[in-house]
Amino acid sequence: MDNNQSNIYPQNVFAGKYLNKSLTVKAAKTAKHSNKQIRVEKVFKQALVLIALSMVIIVLSIFFTLVVQSLPSIKALGWKFLGGKTWDPVNNVFGAYPFLIGTLITSFLALVISVPFSFAIAIFLGEYYPKGWLSELLKNVIELIAAIPSVIYGFWGVFVLVPIVRDLETKFGILPYGIGIFTASLILAVMIVPYAASLGREVVRMVPSALKEGAYSLGATRFEVIKNVVVPYAKSGLFAGILLSLGRALGETMAVTMVIGNSPLIPDSIFAPGHTMASVIANEFTEAADTVYLSSLIEMGLLLFLVTVVINVIGKRIIKRFTNE
Amino acid sequence: MNYLLKKIKLSAAVLLAASLLGANTLQAQGSDDNTILGAGSTFVYPLFSKLFSVYNQKTGLQVNYQSIGSGGGILQLTNKTVDFGDSDAPLTDDQASKMGAPALHIPMCAGAVVITYNLPGITANLNFTPAVLANIFLGTVKMWNDPSIVALNKGISIPAFPIIIAHRTDGSGTTNIFTHYLSAVSPAWASKVGSGGAVNWPAGLGGKGSEGVAGLVKQTPGTIGYVELAYAMQNKMTQAKIQNTKGQFVAPSVASTIAASNITLPADSKIFIVNSAAANAYPIAGFTWALIYKEQNYSGRSAVRAQKLLQLLWWNIHEGQQYCEPLTYAPLSPAATKTAEAILKSATYNGKAILK
Repeated sequence: MDNNQSNIYPQNVFAGKYLNKSLTVKAAKTAKHSNKQIRVEKVFKQALVLIALSMVIIVLSIFFTLVVQSLPSIKALGWKFLGGKTWDPVNNVFGAYPFLIGTLITSFLALVISVPFSFAIAIFLGEYYPKGWLSELLKNVIELIAAIPSVIYGFWGVFVLVPIVRDLETKFGILPYGIGIFTASLILAVMIVPYAASLGREVVRMVPSALKEGAYSLGATRFEVIKNVVVPYAKSGLFAGILLSLGRALGETMAVTMVIGNSPLIPDSIFAPGHTMASVIANEFTEAADTVYLSSLIEMGLLLFLVTVVINVIGKRIIKRFTNE
Repeated sequence: MNYLLKKIKLSAAVLLAASLLGANTLQAQGSDDNTILGAGSTFVYPLFSKLFSVYNQKTGLQVNYQSIGSGGGILQLTNKTVDFGDSDAPLTDDQASKMGAPALHIPMCAGAVVITYNLPGITANLNFTPAVLANIFLGTVKMWNDPSIVALNKGISIPAFPIIIAHRTDGSGTTNIFTHYLSAVSPAWASKVGSGGAVNWPAGLGGKGSEGVAGLVKQTPGTIGYVELAYAMQNKMTQAKIQNTKGQFVAPSVASTIAASNITLPADSKIFIVNSAAANAYPIAGFTWALIYKEQNYSGRSAVRAQKLLQLLWWNIHEGQQYCEPLTYAPLSPAATKTAEAILKSATYNGKAILK
């Protein structure tokens, strides 16, 4: 058989041999190329894993450093640090309670003030004007609010907002400080609006039109669609935006320290001056020469870290519950 | 699981190596003997800027001073990363023991702490006695037209305004001097609050830096606060007159600050010159000290470097003093200069005095 074929088509034999050889070469080349691609893929994946792991290691080492450096004050003060109300560098008695209260009050108050605004912007840009020049303008302005450095908010607060609040206080007959918890919360509220607004806008836009049109076809008004379809669908995303805003408010230092009055006494009214954990660290860290003093400031940082972690964990749980409903 | 563990170990090793590399490069600074490194008080920074630039033009020596605060300067000197530190308060026992080797305090200049206030309608300089001042800052005197204040300022009609106190929220030498003064004149203050760079203020708002306190005072009517002399003069703020030990109501100025420092100083010059016993002295004044190690041969420093450092400090307390007054610092009084000279002459290299 073979002989017959080779006699009839000698060129094919030659070609066949050549073809065979080039097939092997090509196969080898392809195999080599594939091997190289496989290696590239492997290395790429390893690099990504390495980078991701190094992030985790960095966060863990921050936590570890905070704990190690706080040990002198943990040994000296123990649990009294959390409940103590005096901050006395002269006698080395430190208590974090006024600062904890100050941080939590200003952050949550700022959140309460900013949420109506961020939700309104999210729904306005997501539902009513998802496209168009007004939408673009508003979106860019909101993102600009997030981009302005916090020191500038501090300056604006001191020169513009504080005199206004002072006039308000004189009208109410309260001691006209001008600065205090209320002013700090107002400034924080302005600063944190973009985070919830941007995320909220994206989530509201992603509500499927089929759901909305179904509601419209049943005779719902626009408001009813937003209330009964859009917001329940986007609940988890909106809440995630709130959590982002809260995280920003908890850690904000410069703008707050310029307008909160920096008084380590527990505030007795909303217009009284207060202090926050971040601002006391920023203010006193450079000159804290005593071991227990410095270590107490670092323990304050550790406390802030833990408060942020706890709030994030609670927030994630709530989001999970929203998504599962 | 093995794969993951290996990855974790690898990334940890990489990060550790990177951080060690980073730490090693920091040691290379300042090894050139023509650059002297200093760090410390922010109070004295404007004066030092001027002095060091003039000295550089005169001798070519480069001085690099970081104004990170007195505490920071002491820390850097303890870690031997700078040649000299500068502090507005003498070393505490805790700080001195951490240094290991004895350190010398050389007074560089003096400054005053001004009591400034913002009372609508009042431009005159109000008088205060030490007792009244302490009571105001303790929070027991709450209104501007309190009888004790009115009695000291006959002829000025003081409005019925609540007193709002402004203090420093960051640790500072200014606070140190002021609280030492209050502790010296008021036993109630000494037992309730004490003195230091940062204290537990019984009342009031905190501002960051002298500029923060000055801002609070300027913007909030009825506020009283304390700032450095330079700030009060440059911002044309109202300055109170404080009664000194001789009973005179003295206004803060360069002259009255020099008078405050014209007393016999202890040999190591570690003294708070508050409530000074001298005549015409302003009672709330203080020195700022340059800090160096007594024995200059440490960490492989050369004799040349030690010599240059001491010559720089010698120049500071002699020819450099002419630059103090234009910048509203008080130059050293003759008594203080004598003490400073003696201290500089006691610095040694390998046991032998450096300056003859």
